[in-house]
This record gives sequence, C-alpha cells and structure tokens, in this order.
Amino acid sequence: MKSLNGYAGRILHVDLTTGKTKIEPLNEQLAKKYIGGIGLGMRLLIDHSKPGVDPFSPENPLVLATGPISGTMWPTGGNGHAFVSKSPQSFGVGESKSHGSFGTELKRAGYDAVIFKGRAEKPVYVWIDDDTVQLVDAQHLWGKSPAETEDIIKEELGDYYIRVAAIGVAGEKLVRIACIMNEKTRAAGRTGMGAVMGSKNLKAIAVRGTKDVVVAKPDEFLEFVKVFHERMKGPATKKYRTLGTPLNVLVHNSLACMPTRNYNNASFEGAEKVSGEYLNERFVAKIIGCSSCAMRCEHVCVVPEGPYKGTMTRLEYEPLWAMGPYCGIDRLDAIIKGMDLCNYYGMDAISAGVIVGFAMDCYENGILTKEDMGDIDARFGNHEALIMLLHKIGKREGIGDTLAEGVKIAGEKIGKGAEKLAQHIKGVEVTGYDLRSLKTAALGFAVSFRGADHNRHGAYGFDVKGKVDRFKAEKGRGKLVKDMEDMYTIIDSLIVCKFSRGTYFDGFEDLAKAYSLVTGFNMTAEEMRIAGERINNVARLFNVREGMSRKDDTLPYKVMHLPVPDEGPAKGSYITQAELDILLDDYYEVRGWNKNGIPTIEKLKELGMDELIYIVEPKLKATGGE
Amino acid sequence: MVKIHERKFVSADPEKCTGCQVCEYICAMTKEGVFNPLKSRIRVVRLNQLINVSVTCRLCEDPACVAACPRDALTQSEETGVILVDEDKCNGCGWCIEACDYGAITLHPESKVVFLCDLCQDKDKPQCVEWCPEEALDFVTSDVLAQKARIQAVKKLFQEALKTTEST
Repeated sequence: MKSLNGYAGRILHVDLTTGKTKIEPLNEQLAKKYIGGIGLGMRLLIDHSKPGVDPFSPENPLVLATGPISGTMWPTGGNGHAFVSKSPQSFGVGESKSHGSFGTELKRAGYDAVIFKGRAEKPVYVWIDDDTVQLVDAQHLWGKSPAETEDIIKEELGDYYIRVAAIGVAGEKLVRIACIMNEKTRAAGRTGMGAVMGSKNLKAIAVRGTKDVVVAKPDEFLEFVKVFHERMKGPATKKYRTLGTPLNVLVHNSLACMPTRNYNNASFEGAEKVSGEYLNERFVAKIIGCSSCAMRCEHVCVVPEGPYKGTMTRLEYEPLWAMGPYCGIDRLDAIIKGMDLCNYYGMDAISAGVIVGFAMDCYENGILTKEDMGDIDARFGNHEALIMLLHKIGKREGIGDTLAEGVKIAGEKIGKGAEKLAQHIKGVEVTGYDLRSLKTAALGFAVSFRGADHNRHGAYGFDVKGKVDRFKAEKGRGKLVKDMEDMYTIIDSLIVCKFSRGTYFDGFEDLAKAYSLVTGFNMTAEEMRIAGERINNVARLFNVREGMSRKDDTLPYKVMHLPVPDEGPAKGSYITQAELDILLDDYYEVRGWNKNGIPTIEKLKELGMDELIYIVEPKLKATGGE
Repeated sequence: MVKIHERKFVSADPEKCTGCQVCEYICAMTKEGVFNPLKSRIRVVRLNQLINVSVTCRLCEDPACVAACPRDALTQSEETGVILVDEDKCNGCGWCIEACDYGAITLHPESKVVFLCDLCQDKDKPQCVEWCPEEALDFVTSDVLAQKARIQAVKKLFQEALKTTEST
C-alpha cells in the first residue's frame, strides 16, 4: 500500500455482534472528495447503511472519523474527531465533533475512520492499541460517568496517556440527547450520538497510538503554522481567549435575541447575573487548551461557595444560556452544577437545558402537574427544579423518561398542546439565538442538515453584527447561508476548531493550503469550496433518502406564531410562512436544488457525485422533476 | 566548566501552561521530522483541568541518571550540563528512567535506547521555548527561576497595595 501523508490510510471496521474486526485501505479518491471528519463520515454512513434503518438498530453504523490534519500540530486542527450516524433525534444525519487529544491518538494508532456496527451481547469497550483491536468486558463500567470510565480504563490498562471516549448513564439508557465525552469536559454533544453508542452496548473507545504522523512538506508547513500562531494572538480570536463565548449573554440580551423562558421572551432581566463578565470575575479558575491549539479557550469554572461548592467544569455560552435564561434561572452556580450533571450523565447540555425549559413551560401552563413532575415545583427560575429534572432525564426516571425523548417526541407523548411548546427543528432542540429577529440565522437553522443548530452555518453573524437587516426576510440570504455552510463543512471535515475560523483571513485559500501542505495533494481554493458544497449535498442526500424534503426545513412553532413580546428593538418580530418560503426558495435556487429541496441530477453531476444520483431519481419523479 | 548558576534548562510555568502540547509536537518535529509525542523530549502532564505543566530534563547537579547507569552510557556535558547518551553503550535497561525524579528520560520507541532533552544545541534556543504560544516555557538558570518566583510571591502578597499604586 502506498503510504499517505496526513491521512493514516486505513479504515477500521468493528462488528460488535461477532467481535470481528477488519481493516480496509482508505480510498484515496473518496478522501480527496470528502476530506475527512464529518464529510468522509457522512459518505461512509450512506455507503454502509440501508434506507429507513432504525437509529438504535445494530444495522445503524456509528462512524468515528479523524481529519487529514489530525495528529499534526496545525493549530486547533491536530485534535479533532467526529462521530456520524443516523440520529435518534432527527432520524436524518447526525454528526458531532469533539476536541481535546482523543483524535490525535486515533490518528497515531493509524486510522482515518472507525465504523462500529452490530450490538455486543453484554457491555463492552473497544481497546484500540495501534494494530491490535480488542473488545473488553465493560460490565463493571456500566452505570459509571464518562469521567469515571476514563479513569478506570487508564488504570486497568496501565497507561496514563491512553485517550478514552465514553458514554454515561444517559447513553446506556438511550436518552436521545446522550453525547460521547472525552477527557472529562469535552463532548461530541449534539444529535444523540451517545444514544446510538449505547444501543450497541458500547461503553467506551480507548485508544493508544504510537505511530508517527508525517506531513508532505514539513518546512513550509511549520512556516504556515507560525503564521497562524501569530494570527491567533490577534483580534480574530480575542473573544475566545478573554471572556469566552459567554460574552454573548449581554450582547444577545441587548439585541433582544436571547430566547428566554422557552421562547416566551427574547431578553432576560437576570442577564447581568449570568453574564460572561460575571462568570469570569467570579468562577473562571483557569483557561486551558486542546492539543496543538495556540489560542486556548476552555474556561474551567469552579464554584467557590454555596450549595454547589467545589463543582468544576468547562462552561460555554450555549449550555449557560440553555440552563440559565432559557429556564429563567439567574444563578451561575446552579448553571455550573447543571453543566457538571450533563457531563456526569453524558448528555448534550444545550438540549438538556432546552428540555427543562420546555418542561417548565408545560408546568406553568398546567399541561404537566406537580404530580406528573414527581413533586417538583418546576416554575421558571427554580434552580433546584433544574438540578432535579437533569437527574431524572439522565436516569430516565419518572417524568424524565418522557423528557429523555427530547422535546419533539416528549411533546407528542404529553399532548394537550405541549407540541406547540416544543422548540425544535427536525427533532433537535433549538440553540441560543432568537430566530424571530435573526432572519438570516432562521434560514440557516431551517435548512441545517442536523436540525436546529448555529454551528452548521454561523449565519447569525450577519444579523448580530448588523451586516444585514436582521428583521427582514429577503432574496440574497440564501447565498449568504450557502457560502457559510460550505465553509463550515470544510472546517468540520479537516477538522479545525470553529473558534479559529476568524484566523483564516483568506478562507478556502488558507484551508486548501494547509490541506495541501499536509497531504501533498495539491488542492486549490476553488476545489476546496466545491468539496464543501459536495459535503453539504451528501448530507442532504442522506436526509432525502430518509424521506426528508422542504416540509422538514421549517422553524419552531413559537418562532412562527409568537411575536417577541419584550419592549425594545425586537418587539413584535416573528417569521411568517410567506417569509420562510421566500428564504427557502432563494436558498434552494442557489444550491441548485428543486423547489422541494431535492438536489437535482445536474447539480450532483457537476459535483462529481454521479454514483449517488440513484437516491434522488425516485424523489424527483414523484415531484415532477424540475 | 559551567557552574550550576550559569546552567540553563527548560522550565514550565504552571500558571501559564494550558496543556496544549505544542511543545511535544515541535520537539518531535525538530528532532525527528515527525509528529509523535512518544518521540518528544518534553511531555505534558494534565492532572486535572486546572493542573497542567510540561516536564523535561532539569540538568541536575550530580545527576542520578548518570550515577544509575551500569554501562556508563550516560555522561553530563561539562560545558552545558546536558546529559549525553552513548547509544552504543545504552541497552535500554531503564535504570536511568527509574532514577530520574522528573520522568525526563524515556525509551525511544524505535531505537530502544534512552533519549532526553539536549536543549536543541544546534539551534538558537530550545524549540519548545521558541514555539510555546503561552510563553509558559522559559530557558533559564535556577537563579533566575528563583528570582521570578520570589517576585511573583511578593506581588501576590501585596496585590491589594499594587492595585492602589497602579490606579493612582
């Protein structure tokens, strides 16, 4: 086999039912077309799954992928890994990345991707020690948190530098928002990848890699790294290095675009008390960095006193917002405790907070009673209720069993109008941007292939920074969203950190150069952009194959029916169906998709995706082509 | 012969170190042209999220590693204090690894002889120090290190007073 640079050149298959493993060489053409990370992962998902597969079936593959630059010292790029599978929340494509050091280790063990299939009879963990792969009994780890699991595995394998990604109780119990965690505080959080892992009886993945990672042009590569180290010290990353993402609290609040109390408001009277400024002054003990990062962003918080004294965890804006303003809670100590519990059970903290906010809304509207709640007084603002509900969701106990399904399914189960209080897109809970007054973001969220999410496009930037009229839905937004999406899929495929995106002054030019210096494949900026577009299309194709179309590119009920009530800049704003239609039509047109949101044959041919045309053919016929 | 007061080594400031491993990457790349922490002469330890520090050879006076070697494979350079490994004599037995209190010596995964920090003698200064994005690594003598610690301690002790002087 010809040896590659950057890429490890191998894909590992693990069949958990039979315990058999197999290694196949990485197809070089596929690598160039889909780069790595989520791009390669989603393509492998399509190739290795059947239409309509149940997310919890043994037949649903869980793909773990590194990027071509993982394991190198590319700033923030060395350290990422991605999980891809069919999501138990959206029933479309699920994907989530995490950083830290796990991805570097997997690359050094010699794998670009690992595909887990089947279901182990009893709980196991997979121990990847370079070329040796074993399934190890994990019954003694069942019921443990990801952090405990990591410590025990390192201890029993006798090597401190082994890296572990694990699920907690939430993943074991198929809580649909379960995540996969590594190194205590890092999570592949969104779209329920931890539940898929749990459905396979796979408790953890432990990796030791001792091989070299080699880049094609080391001297030029180091020079380019140096340039980025300098950029990372500059204004492009200042936010992340100083107050961190919680800086958003006061910014969003002043623009009245911070969903509060389950979208009943768009600003929060307690914002000062949960601000990034206050968090840093009172709770942040240290800012640390991932492997190869030259900016460092991980704000580690410690509660100094009170009922939650001693709690230590990382905290970012999104979980802070979800468990704070979204639940009407103005106590940072409780929010930090909530974050810690999400880490403990292994749950996506964004979705967990949004679910609690939803439950509180149901409670205040009399849809869920105190008895339903297991005697919890689930008023908005009650921090004790937040903590108790997180425990219940993590363990699927009492009302938590219903809430663990996520707001969409829980809303349908509860009924009595709860469906309308469930703020989600494609079954995935909303994030901390009030879409009623951020209409470019609204389009990005509506079309995001993994459901409600800010990280698939970052289109909120145009609205929040005032580059467009954020209250207006108009033609032109489609291109803004598309261009951002194509960039973001490359970021997640290489895998570099989104927080570093501002350092890529020349966009695809810079990204293509980094890729070329590492792999030795000469890729132009335009080819890289096309790869980004191709990856967005492959994601769409998976969703189309699973039955999704325009009808699924929609917005949460309140975004379309409850105008912002708060006095201030956003008062009265919301999004009508007519506005959404303008946005979608424009977006589909620039994407080269038909009116129903199905990629056209011409577009797929243009992107060199001929072999996947079979997916759209029946769908295009059904809607009369176009 | 260079005296202990003049002998410089690489030291990490735990207050500044973020555990990013850039030192490991650049060390292995400088020395062996690959990215692989197992070939780095400096290693990062993260005890928990708050406690990060990278560790490498401290160029001890009367080094225990040299004394421990039964094959006389290790010697200390009189000029710089760097521990020199005679790769023909070293058989990878690991007594020096055991003797080092800092875990600064490791066995090379391929050559199976021990290796450790040589301060990048062929460069201007140790490359980990050059590349550390947090400026957490210093190339210093123990005297300077002590001075710095002293100043930090006094600053901490008088932080309130310093605030007043700064604001006036």
